[in-house]
Formats: sequence, structure tokens, C-alpha cells
Amino acid sequence: MKPEALLHPTPAGLFCPIGNFHVDPVRPVERALITHGHSDHARSGHGHVLATRQTLDIMAIRYGEDFAGSEQAAAWGEEIFVNGVKVMFRPAGHVLGSAQILIEKDGMRIVVSGDYKRGIDPTCDPFEPIACDVFITEATFGLPVFHHPDPKVEIEKLFTSLKQFPERSHLVGAYALGKAQRVIRLIRDNGYSDPIYIHGALARLCDYYQGQGIELGDLRPATIEKSKPTEFSGAIVIGPPSAFQDRWARRFNEPLISFASGWMMVRQRAKQGGVELPLVVSDHCDWPELLSTITEIAPQKVWVTHGREEALVRWCELQGIPARPLHLVGYEDEGD
Amino acid sequence: MKPFATLLDRLVLTPSRNGKLTLLVDYFRTTPDPDRGYGLAALAGALDLKSVKPAMLRELVMERMDEVLFRYSYDYVGDLAETISLVWDGGAKDVADHAPQPRLSEIVKRMNSLGRTEVRGAVRELLDQLDTSGRFAFLKLATGSLRIGVSARLAKQALADMSGKDIIEIETLWHGLTPPYESLFAWLEGRADKPALATPAIFHSVMLANPVDDGDLEKLDPADYAAEWKWDGIRVQMSSHGGTKKLYSRSGDDITGAFPDVVEAINFDGVIDGELLVGGTKRTNAPTRTFSDLQQRLNRKTVTGKMMDEYPAFVRAYDLLFQGEADIRDQGFLARRNRLADVIDKAPHDRFDLSDLVPFTDWSELNRLRVDPPDPVIEGVMIKRKDSPYQAGRLKGPWFKWKRDPYNIDAVMLYAQRGHGKRSSYYSDFTFGVWTTTDEGEQLVPVGKAYFGFTDAELEVLDKFVRDNTIDRFGPVRAVKATPDFGFVLEVAFEGIARSTRHKSGVAMRFPRIARLRQDKLPRDADRLETLVAMIETREAKT
Repeated sequence: MKPEALLHPTPAGLFCPIGNFHVDPVRPVERALITHGHSDHARSGHGHVLATRQTLDIMAIRYGEDFAGSEQAAAWGEEIFVNGVKVMFRPAGHVLGSAQILIEKDGMRIVVSGDYKRGIDPTCDPFEPIACDVFITEATFGLPVFHHPDPKVEIEKLFTSLKQFPERSHLVGAYALGKAQRVIRLIRDNGYSDPIYIHGALARLCDYYQGQGIELGDLRPATIEKSKPTEFSGAIVIGPPSAFQDRWARRFNEPLISFASGWMMVRQRAKQGGVELPLVVSDHCDWPELLSTITEIAPQKVWVTHGREEALVRWCELQGIPARPLHLVGYEDEGD
Repeated sequence: MKPFATLLDRLVLTPSRNGKLTLLVDYFRTTPDPDRGYGLAALAGALDLKSVKPAMLRELVMERMDEVLFRYSYDYVGDLAETISLVWDGGAKDVADHAPQPRLSEIVKRMNSLGRTEVRGAVRELLDQLDTSGRFAFLKLATGSLRIGVSARLAKQALADMSGKDIIEIETLWHGLTPPYESLFAWLEGRADKPALATPAIFHSVMLANPVDDGDLEKLDPADYAAEWKWDGIRVQMSSHGGTKKLYSRSGDDITGAFPDVVEAINFDGVIDGELLVGGTKRTNAPTRTFSDLQQRLNRKTVTGKMMDEYPAFVRAYDLLFQGEADIRDQGFLARRNRLADVIDKAPHDRFDLSDLVPFTDWSELNRLRVDPPDPVIEGVMIKRKDSPYQAGRLKGPWFKWKRDPYNIDAVMLYAQRGHGKRSSYYSDFTFGVWTTTDEGEQLVPVGKAYFGFTDAELEVLDKFVRDNTIDRFGPVRAVKATPDFGFVLEVAFEGIARSTRHKSGVAMRFPRIARLRQDKLPRDADRLETLVAMIETREAKT
């Protein structure tokens, strides 16, 4: 069987004609398999959704209980047949509940990795390599310029800055699902036990992470109206980056804007965003991790979904690995 | 290299002056000698480091990397030094954070001891030993393009802040010292006496004037004061001793290299305070040219012969601090000026002239002269006590500056951009326009941008208007509603106006700021482009 007969790109997303299902569709479909809860991969309005329990829970938190017609939870490693096509979920190491999906029929094995990373992250299960014929990889940071440093060293920059500017509120931008909780966890693991103030958009997801056994410590809302700016003097405040450009940010004392993201590797990106303290903390693979993962899995073919496809395809060609970009639209790097 | 690289990373992204000072003071306090001294030299533009050509750096990268992947990377990042720092070794994992890295002082000594054929191998080895931000700092130093928004003056201010010493003392010492400044740091930290100076052609902190406030002059007797024109150039100091000739900006930056036409013409020993201008001196009967012409010569390290022909520089002398070796700063202004007149009289006529005194008998007469000066490059008058000694700093009393009133126009807000730092949640940078007739009828054409002049309370008003009346967004910029009957009228004040080929409107303002919010006016009442052009023509008519 040709791999394209088992899975191929369509305007709605990757489609399996034999199993009649889509993976991470960007528009409502009858049957969807979802890798993880970021909003560009997990959308509401599908007829039936198959995903990990945690991804289903996160979708319910973000879209309401009626986010899909019906749902089915997949356990790690469980063999599930969808119209005769075998599918299996394995951890992707991206955010809580994030999965790679193995799709297999008549000996042809395709892995949709979704978004993934290889670095250590105590807030989710680590990536597991799966042997396959076709490996479908993301390429969010698919350029040789991206190599993410040790997040523990990055988070120390935050503490250095707190010592240098003890009067200023340190506002750390982090996306609401995954990055925020990981950053809080990194701060806690550095020995910081003071309250951390969070934007309202983070509250329910942080509660959910804590309910799943991921300790985040004393979190308090930073959303009290009419609060005095001095109350947040020297405090760590976590919120979605968009909130820092909003009037919301004015309640803080001389805010020092930080942003935890893989994009912070490039100075100009930080400068354009008005970020004073970039923290390179990413939930995606950097360039060396993309290369080592492909080398380790050693698939027959590599398909590249979203990000900087051309550089990764070029590298595969140089290694003699057949590769092609899938040109999927609608994925916007929400997770980093 | 780690502390210096970390400092650079932070300085690049820290917009506020106080924030920069905090980072600099922290660096100088925590970094050992001699590294901090070389760091200081790099920030102040005084570091002498064997330079590396970008072409060689590209070749080094390509030894270990596919050219196509390099091109994709460079296209994405946009800056060569940063790209190379990131993709070095084909984009391999960084050296471990705890691995020992060469110190800044070691790098400087090593680079400067290399023969021509050894540079390539040494740079390759250093790039291997440094981590990403260390490579970035090294490449910026070696290619000679730091550009991080820190002036020599700011670095010296940080030294003053860390030690409690007066910045004037530090500036006076500065040009007599060389990297790594160990004797300077020892003095700043109270471990040694003030360093003694060997080099004579040093910078002496300049004397500054206070603006005339309401009621200031009534209390003063005009007979005690002399007046001079205030020329619209840049204040400089020429220092010449025993064949060493230097030109400094008023903050003590050494700008000798950019003005060889002036420096080579110096034929006297001593220290002269004056205004750097372009055009002809009084003695050559050619007009003094505008600040925008002078700008062609500023912020350059070197200058071409063509540039010097088209924009010849000269100094209009105001004061004499040293005559030969003799320090005459304690003498009165007029006494110093008499000596200055002798020196200038014997100096080359095309490069030096003497600033004229403006005769007046009472303040109202001087005011009339100030409001309508005889030359368009004059921006007001200076008032100096006839017996005032030359004292560094800005003392209240001996010297005043009385500027011509600013220009004012009513303009309409067109675009707004978010500010930085404290203002990052406010729309605080405003592009404004005036009316002009085009093929498509009456339109607002942008004529300038202003980001200060308003109070915090006024900023709240401006920000709210932007948020409530946005009609389009381009990244951090918002376009706001501006029609004849709806919009925000701003009274804009500015110091000068000139023709410009870079701006669509054809005019460029000098030093624009928002003077008042004119919520009482409709956009249809705002000024027209013809009004601005007429201001330029009035100035031009005087030359």
C-alpha cells in the first residue's frame, strides 16, 4: 500500500479515507482524532472525537462540555480499530495529554507526531519513539538557528532580574495551556515558594494540572480590580502575552516584560514584541532534536507539516531521506 | 565572556535609561578586573580589537554547514553576527553552560597578538569555545558594530553611580586612561588615589547654560552680561597639546576620526570650546549651513573626501579653557575671550572663526534680536556674565540660553504605536498629519511623529481615543479615525523645519513634541502643508 492511500492532506487536515477520520482537523468533521489540546489542533464542533482523557478534559474546559457530538478516550498504547484501521496513542512530550498517533493498515505504519519535544518536562509524559514507515513531523523550530538551552538555566535569568530590579513586577508571558504550567513548575523547582500571581485566563487550566497531580504551589489571581500597584512590587505574574499590551498590565509596578518562548532565541523577535527579559523555554523540538529524532526513528519517508518545512526537507534530502512538505494550513504555533 | 555577553543581551532589550544603569552598575560591581575594564572600553567605544571581516566569518560557517540552510537561517534572523552565533557548527547543541569559557580579557589579548595568517584559526577556535550569546558578543566586538543604545556618557554615569564620585571627575580623567582601566576602578572603589594623567590632550567637562525662565532676567543688570548667538550645530571641544589633536563632543565622546578637515587645521596648543557647523566661516563669506546638512557628517567613524567637499566642517569658537599649557578657566569670560580672539585670528580662516558678541543695552532689545535673528541657523541667544569663570556643569546664574520660540502647528493624529517599558501598555507614539490637496481631493499627509510633551493624565486620554477609534492595525501600529469632522487634533511644537526627500510630505521637523491636546478643535481646523512649506521658505529667504 502506498502511504498516501492510508493518509493524505486535505483542506480540512490530514484524512484517512479507509478509516474515514481526520487527524487534528481545522474545520468541523464527522470523526476526528486529536493529538493535543492547543486550539489550532483541537477545535470544537466535530461529530466524534477520539483523544487522550486529558486532551478531552482540556477541550471541555476550553470549549464547554458539548465541544463534540460524542467522545472516546484513548489510553497510552491501547489498540483501537476505526473502521478497520488500527490506531494507537503514545506520549509526545508537548503538553499534558499530548499524543502521537500511530495509524496502521496492512503493514503500512504512519506516525502523526503532532507537536512534540524531547527535553525534560515534569508537567507531561515524555516522548516515546515509535518505529514506522512514514514519520510526520512538525517543524515549528525547523531552522538551524533554534537550539533551546536548558530551561533551568533560562529560569535563573528571571531570578537574577528579580535581584537587580526588586521593585519591579515581573510579568512573564506564557501561553495558557502547557507553557504557563511548565514555567510555574520551573519557578517552583528553583526553590521559589512565594505566591505566584496568574491572569484569569490561566486559572482553570492551572487547577486542572494541579488536579492531575502536578504541583504548582500557591497561585493567586492577579485580576483584583483597583489593587494598588505596590502590592505587586517584586512579584512574579504569569499571563498570556497578549494581556501585557492591554490595560490589564497597568495595575503593576513598573512592569518588566518577560516572555517564555522558543521564539525568544532571536533577539529581533524579542525586541519587536517589547520583551525586556526573553526566556527561551519551548514546548517544541529545537533543530538538533528534530534531526536526532528523525535519525533515531529512521523512517522510510518524512512528511513535514507546519513550521519552517523547507529547511527540514532540505536536511532530509542531504541525508538521502525522502521528504516532502504537506503544506497544511491553519496551525499557528499557539503552543510556544 | 559570560558576564559581558549576558550584559549585552539585557542592554539590547532594556529601553529605560535607569534600567540600563542598573545593569551596568551590577556588571561593574560583580565582574573582576581586567574583564570589566575591557567591557567598559567596548561600551564606551574605546576598545581596540583586531577586526574580522564578515566575508571571513561566512567562510568559517560554511566549512561546517550547507549553504542553503545557512541562507534560510540568515533570511530569518536578518543580522549576520546573530545568525552566525546561532547556527555555528551547523546548529549543533550549545556547549554546556558550566563549561569554562574564555574570559573577555583573554579574548582581547589573544586577538591582538595574532599575526595576519593566524586570525582565521583563532576565530574558529573561539567560536567553538563560546556559547551562543558569547559568540554573539564576540562577533559584535570583532566586527566593530555594538549598537546597543549605550553611549560613553551612560557608561561613565554608571561608574559615577557605583562609586558616588562626580561624573565630571570621571570625564576629566577618561581620555588620559586606557583599557582595562584598573587604576580607575581602584580609585572608584576607594582602594587607591586618583590616577595621575600622562596624556595632555584630554577632555575637560564643559560649562552648560540654564534656560531663561519667567522673571529670571528682571533681577539681572544687563550691563553685567554679554550676549552671543546660539548656533544650531553641535557643541564641541578641541584639545591640542604637543602635536596630539583631539575633537570631543560635549559629552566627551572622541569624534576626531570623523572630522579630519577640522582637526588637521588646528595650529594652536590649548583647549577651545565651540560650535561645530558645516558651510563657510564668516571670514570666507560663505553661509553657515543648516543642522540637517551637519547631520550628514555626524555619527560616522570615518569620512570620505567627497563628503568633506560637499559638507565642509568648521568650528565657531566660543571660549578658551587652556592657552598652551596655562589653565585660564579662573579668568573672567571677557578676559578669556580676548585671548581666544588672538588664537583664532592666527588659525586657518576657512576652518575657524570667532563667535560674535551681540551688543544690547536692555533685555527687551535682546529679546527683539532673539525673536528675529539675522541668520536662519541661529536658534536663540546665549547670555554670559562678563566676569564668569569657566565652571564645569550647569550652574544657575552665570550662563543662560534664551532660545527662539518654537514653531507650532495644529495637526491630526493618524497612527499610534505602543511605547516601551513603562509605556508598553499605552499607545504613546503618535504620527500626525496636516491637510493637502491631491488628485483625490483633500487628504491628510503624515508630517511627523511625537512621543512626548504630554502629561500622564493626557496620555490616558490619548490612549483611550486610540483604543476606541482604531480603524486598522499593522503589527504594533494602529490607524485611527481621522475625517474632517471626527478625529483628534494635536498642537505640535518643534524647533525647526527643513525640506526632506525621505518623507512623503517633503518636510521634516526637528524635535517635535505634543504641546497641547486640542479637543476643542475639529480636524477640518487643522493646519495645511502649505503653512509648513511657507515656514521653510521664510527661513530660506534669510540666507
